Amino acid sequence: MAKQQRISMGSRVFDFFNYFLLALLAIITVLPFIHVVGSSFATSAEIARTKFLLFPTEFSLNAYKYIFSTDTIFRALGVSIIVTVGGTLWSMFFSTLTAYGLARRDLVGRRVINFLIVFTLLFNGGMIPTFLVVQQTGLLNSLWALVVPVTINAFNMIILRSFFMNLPQGLEESAKIDGANDFSILFRIVIPISLPAIATISLFYAVTYWNTYMHAILYLSDADKWPVQVLLRQIVVLASGINYDGQAYTDVPPPEVTVKMATIVVATVPVLLVYPFLQKYFAKGALLGSVKG
Amino acid sequence: METTTLTPREEARQLKKMKKAETWRRIKRNKMIYLMILPGLLYFLIYKYLPMYGLIISFQDYKPYKGIAGSEWVGLEHFHRLVTSSEFWMIFKNTLVLFGLQIFIFFPIPIIISLMLNEVRHTFFKKGVQTLIYIPHFMSWVVIVSISYVMLTLDGGIINAIIESLGFEKINFLLNDDWFRPMYILQVIWREAGWGTIIFLAAITAVDPQLYEAARMDGANRFRQMWHITLPAIRNVIIVLLILKIGDVLELGFEHVYLLLNSSNRNVAEIFDTYVYVAGLQQGQFSYSTAVGFFKGAVGLVMVVFANWLAKRFNEEGIY
Repeated sequence: MAKQQRISMGSRVFDFFNYFLLALLAIITVLPFIHVVGSSFATSAEIARTKFLLFPTEFSLNAYKYIFSTDTIFRALGVSIIVTVGGTLWSMFFSTLTAYGLARRDLVGRRVINFLIVFTLLFNGGMIPTFLVVQQTGLLNSLWALVVPVTINAFNMIILRSFFMNLPQGLEESAKIDGANDFSILFRIVIPISLPAIATISLFYAVTYWNTYMHAILYLSDADKWPVQVLLRQIVVLASGINYDGQAYTDVPPPEVTVKMATIVVATVPVLLVYPFLQKYFAKGALLGSVKG
Repeated sequence: METTTLTPREEARQLKKMKKAETWRRIKRNKMIYLMILPGLLYFLIYKYLPMYGLIISFQDYKPYKGIAGSEWVGLEHFHRLVTSSEFWMIFKNTLVLFGLQIFIFFPIPIIISLMLNEVRHTFFKKGVQTLIYIPHFMSWVVIVSISYVMLTLDGGIINAIIESLGFEKINFLLNDDWFRPMYILQVIWREAGWGTIIFLAAITAVDPQLYEAARMDGANRFRQMWHITLPAIRNVIIVLLILKIGDVLELGFEHVYLLLNSSNRNVAEIFDTYVYVAGLQQGQFSYSTAVGFFKGAVGLVMVVFANWLAKRFNEEGIY
């Protein structure tokens, strides 16, 4: 009896520390975001006065008014929205077709194709040869360069494929007996019952496209084609002149802290808006792929 | 009657013929499926396999106007130049150090957090913590680095304000090469540690609850239960992920490092990827930078094969 008492006491101490540390971890994780959002709505005077600002006392939209006063941010947001929406549709179309095809167990050559796709995860041509292919296929300095070279993410495709492979076989067979062809089976039967998986992968693609930065600096030279991430980089870091990549933004005086904060918020908010939807599906989706991949 | 007269050899031939016919029948039946995967295959061929073919320019003196066919062959000259260059060892060391940080500091963290989350009995608390710690994974590196930047900067950054109010000297985190590595790994932890728990948590749910009960009967405390039941149960997942991580040995995130890189921390922050970018796209040394990239990719491939072999030797499942 006494022994049991002691165990549960130790257990309670354990629980206390465990809950405390996890709560601390969660708070530390999101605190920087709160700081940034809070500061973006503060006045510059308050920022200078209060050092540990989380929630501003004087609410101000000046920073947002400032960044939305020029075309630059609208153009960048426009590019990001086009690339995100268009790219997600494009990628989903080809990923779904490929995944569904490769989910067919009776497909001759399936193993070889699967291997060729998985191999691209282990080895690739690298930045320069890929750049040369992008150049040769005429995509340089076009928004297509942000989409076409990343049409199918092998991981995402594998997740979708495993999902399709786990669907009941009977559905397709009965449709086939009714004379439906493979395309109508895919679009009329398989996709409607796979919506959770389709939604998950679409959101993964959408987040990747929204966050695209590297391909933009590799393949786009016109500043008016830059997506919002590149603009954010220009405003927050390069404007202060510490990076050496030469694409400085020097004709404008360094922006105020609140402006930097507001730009971060603008570049982040769309992801935070879809986050609740992501949350609903992603854990399931992410698992499917990573375990079986 | 005739069938009985077939010799074994003829029989084998006939069987082969039938198999071939069957294969053809299957291919024909699936012709629409082939049509479906065709665009996807073309994508992989053009944007993944064509660049692999393009690696041959690392053995050439590639000139864009001459193309691969017309450029002169130089053998291993670029590789020789790479390993004998004064910068090679700096880059090699930087890459290795960041890799070490990823394996020894970052890798165990999601495992520890998963073990902790597994001990939480209030679902709402567990869900709440998970929701919050997954968020940074969906932020771009630009956002992660920008937030760090505004917090760490000398003029008005919140961290330096705290340091100053505690009576210490301000620290120039962004330009100081001593701070690059801690900053790098902290950002990796911030962005990926939470998300990394998903797969371990899923593996943990497969553990039979009776095991815990039995352990409790034997008087095992919570730590011992974690150590002797939960951890062994997810051992295979840990090993698979470790292999994948080792395969990524040189994939330290071009974007992330490039965003942190500046002329004053270059001696610790320059890694193969950023070097390829600068030498190749900014200075136009296509062949040389391709050789650098090739070297990096080959080392990565060898590492993953080696790690997998090692795992199999220790009777683990491995990844293929």
